[in-house]
Amino acid sequence: MNRQSSFWQGFKDGLPICFGYLSVAFAFGIFALSSGLNSLQALLISMSNVTSAGQLAAVPIMVSGGTLLELAASQFVINLRYSLMSVSLSQKFDRSFRLPQKLLCAFVVTDEVFAVASSREGEVDAHYMFGLILTPYLGWSVGTILGAVAGNLLPAVVISALGIAIYAMFIAIVIPAARENTKTLFCVVLAVGLSLAFHFIPLLSKVPSGFVVIICAVLASTVAALLFPIQSKKEGAP
Amino acid sequence: MSYASFLPYLLVMALVTYAVRVLPLLLVKNKIENTFILSFLHYMPYAVLSVMTVPAVFSATGNVISAAVGVAVALVLACFKRSLLLVAASASAAVLVTELIMQWL
Repeated sequence: MNRQSSFWQGFKDGLPICFGYLSVAFAFGIFALSSGLNSLQALLISMSNVTSAGQLAAVPIMVSGGTLLELAASQFVINLRYSLMSVSLSQKFDRSFRLPQKLLCAFVVTDEVFAVASSREGEVDAHYMFGLILTPYLGWSVGTILGAVAGNLLPAVVISALGIAIYAMFIAIVIPAARENTKTLFCVVLAVGLSLAFHFIPLLSKVPSGFVVIICAVLASTVAALLFPIQSKKEGAP
Repeated sequence: MSYASFLPYLLVMALVTYAVRVLPLLLVKNKIENTFILSFLHYMPYAVLSVMTVPAVFSATGNVISAAVGVAVALVLACFKRSLLLVAASASAAVLVTELIMQWL
């Protein structure tokens, strides 16, 4: 693929993420303002972090005057899953990536961007990644400022409906892969089972959500990798 | 909140978040050959997304019924391999319609 078509393919793949982010960031904007930050502060957080769960956890620490160490630790734990994703992406990026391009792409390694990039067949080039991260980043920023400024104007039922967009996109990525490959299906079922266990079993439900994602994902992938190792690239290894 | 207390928070938060993202990309330079690690990296994205979706999706909308309708619509369309955008938009529309009907009843 040439540079341009590669960019536009990424751009197209990024649009659903952008729409999902608009709604999630909108909710974050409302939350940040109601917690006591101003619109510019909410926007600065979104533009410099691009992490939904991390930002939601950070605002209460900030407004309650928590220590910098507490903030750093919370961000580290909640966002540690991005490290796993970056390791995976390091195998997915082709040789055309230069250092500045890696530095830029790393800034917008999110669950959704990672999921879409890894569901592409073969390797991805830098222009695909640029196209992919452009509109989600804008959507995340614009959504935050809209929520902060106009959050009270939108009917609750619309915000509620937008809340499912991101998850529907996850479903659209996972289900086709699980249908095509029973080993992947096994991993998905195992991950869902572990996640439910951490949600409903009394002692386990006390584990912070950032840890739950890491523990369940690492466990399910490890078991699947041990039971059903993937031998060749034809089987879909990254 | 004053900027004097806000800006140190912002700086620390952004640095930590960027560090966890960028370090693995810079440190892992070669193509990994190990079958276990390759397999692990193949399964991991699907495991992460599954964990993040269930059970959180059922509290992502106004109530659990509209969420279930949205999930059902997304599952059916995903089975037919529809695009991400179409699946996301249809699920949102299904949630909206369900909640409007429930308000009206």
